[in-house]
Amino acid sequence: MSHAIQIQDLTVSYNRHPAVHHLSGEFAPGSLTAVVGPNGAGKSTLLKTIAGVLRPAQGHVVRAGIRPRDIAYLPQQAEIDRRFPISILDVVSSGHWHRRGLFRGLRPPDMDRAVEALAAVGLTGFQNRVIGSLSAGQFQRVLFARMLLQDAPVILLDEPFNAIDARTTADLLRVVHRWHGESRTVVAVLHDLEQVRHNFPQTLLMARREIAWGPTDATLSARNLLRARAMAESWDDNAPVCEQGFENG
Amino acid sequence: MAEFLWQPFAEFSFMRRALVACFAIALGAGPLGVLLVLRRMSLVGDALSHAILPGAAIGFLVAGFSLPIMSVGGLVAGLVVAVLAGLVTRFTDQREDASFAALFLIALALGVMLISLQGSNMDVMHVLFGSILAVDDTSLLMVAGAGTITILALAVAFRALVMECFDPGFMRAIGAGGLIWHLLFLGLVVLNLVSGFHALGTLMAVGLMMVPAAAARYWSADVGGIMLAAVGIAMVSGWVGLLLSYHQDVATGPAIILTAGVFYALSVIFGRNGGLIRTLYPRPHLEA
Repeated sequence: MSHAIQIQDLTVSYNRHPAVHHLSGEFAPGSLTAVVGPNGAGKSTLLKTIAGVLRPAQGHVVRAGIRPRDIAYLPQQAEIDRRFPISILDVVSSGHWHRRGLFRGLRPPDMDRAVEALAAVGLTGFQNRVIGSLSAGQFQRVLFARMLLQDAPVILLDEPFNAIDARTTADLLRVVHRWHGESRTVVAVLHDLEQVRHNFPQTLLMARREIAWGPTDATLSARNLLRARAMAESWDDNAPVCEQGFENG
Repeated sequence: MAEFLWQPFAEFSFMRRALVACFAIALGAGPLGVLLVLRRMSLVGDALSHAILPGAAIGFLVAGFSLPIMSVGGLVAGLVVAVLAGLVTRFTDQREDASFAALFLIALALGVMLISLQGSNMDVMHVLFGSILAVDDTSLLMVAGAGTITILALAVAFRALVMECFDPGFMRAIGAGGLIWHLLFLGLVVLNLVSGFHALGTLMAVGLMMVPAAAARYWSADVGGIMLAAVGIAMVSGWVGLLLSYHQDVATGPAIILTAGVFYALSVIFGRNGGLIRTLYPRPHLEA
């Protein structure tokens, strides 16, 4: 159940402008890491690249022994039409895909597990409702329940607690800790530094490049946070070609 | 009254064939139309139906007025446009509606140019509007075959097609082959449009796919229920439309689609699931 994700000299760019710039490091097996940084620091881009949605402009993400199905990725904004006529049980059950695939039917134990997963995120009795009747916070709980069924060794969460109330956040953080207890590798993009200090042992502070990566208390020092904030947010149309990229690429 | 409803079909075999063709088209096209509506691709069916034209025209230039060859041509042309649009969308920055619009207009222009090289207006009229009262064994078999393939494919891949509709990002992320399902789906749409074009013409075949689907959304809150409603509305529209056309001596294809249009209007007004009356006069709320 232990899988490391190595980031090797990773650059990911939009229109040649880097959003993640020469980042290197490792998410250790079974680690629970928060990714923190100002807006535009490349946090979501990093997660998308690890999930395989974006391709690096330079460098690699090494996912040794990790198949696509071993990564459960919760995007910041899923391309989901919340008015789609589908029941909550059906959405959660899609987390069974890697076990049931296309052809095999869902059996009563699968249904029981889906109901259990809903109970674990505080949605007991919701299974037959359609998703259109849920609030944003309740829907986020549904997506967490689906990830419980995915049973993936690597879990990537992009701002999972945005616009979510305190109680839901506390419930979902319990799920995150449960995953950590099961030695899964969890990476979450977050903004609430207090939340990070209380719940996440490891932190990557980034501003396109790495500012600091390690134990949360050391990483989130006042000096480091100041450096991250000073990150130039400018988009220079006449920026020269990156020397480092030129040498290696 | 019963005689009014059944007599034309009892008396004339061409009416029976037309009815069976309508039922077969309804079975295949109805559920696909529902998936198109749910993916917000309602107009893509229309685009694909136009894309079929150059293929049918090439078939006509090669073999004259031969339905099988024109169908094969239409099928190939439709699939090429669907696959190209799917690939352009997946691998470049453009959204699906734009790539479909560009490609189907190119195909349409090509089709019109090919038809203008040879052939009279009558043939164009047939391709565009069909002639359901002249359905022969070959086209009946094609329609039935397309319907059968569609129902079987839906039965096998239902879960994948609905999930690809609902949450394409998830299908990609878990490596469940999002693109394959998308292309299979578009392929089924093309197949149904081609099989429908002898009977209803390229323009009206889309009608029996989309209008019942749009109406059905007002009657159920789950995908399966909406599909059943769409098939039902499409079948009844075919039956009533044929009767209208027989008794009133009006063009058959439009009569069928206009009947579906009446169902659509009724659904918009009276639909249980978000219809006008339910929206304007909501029922009293519950305790919790």
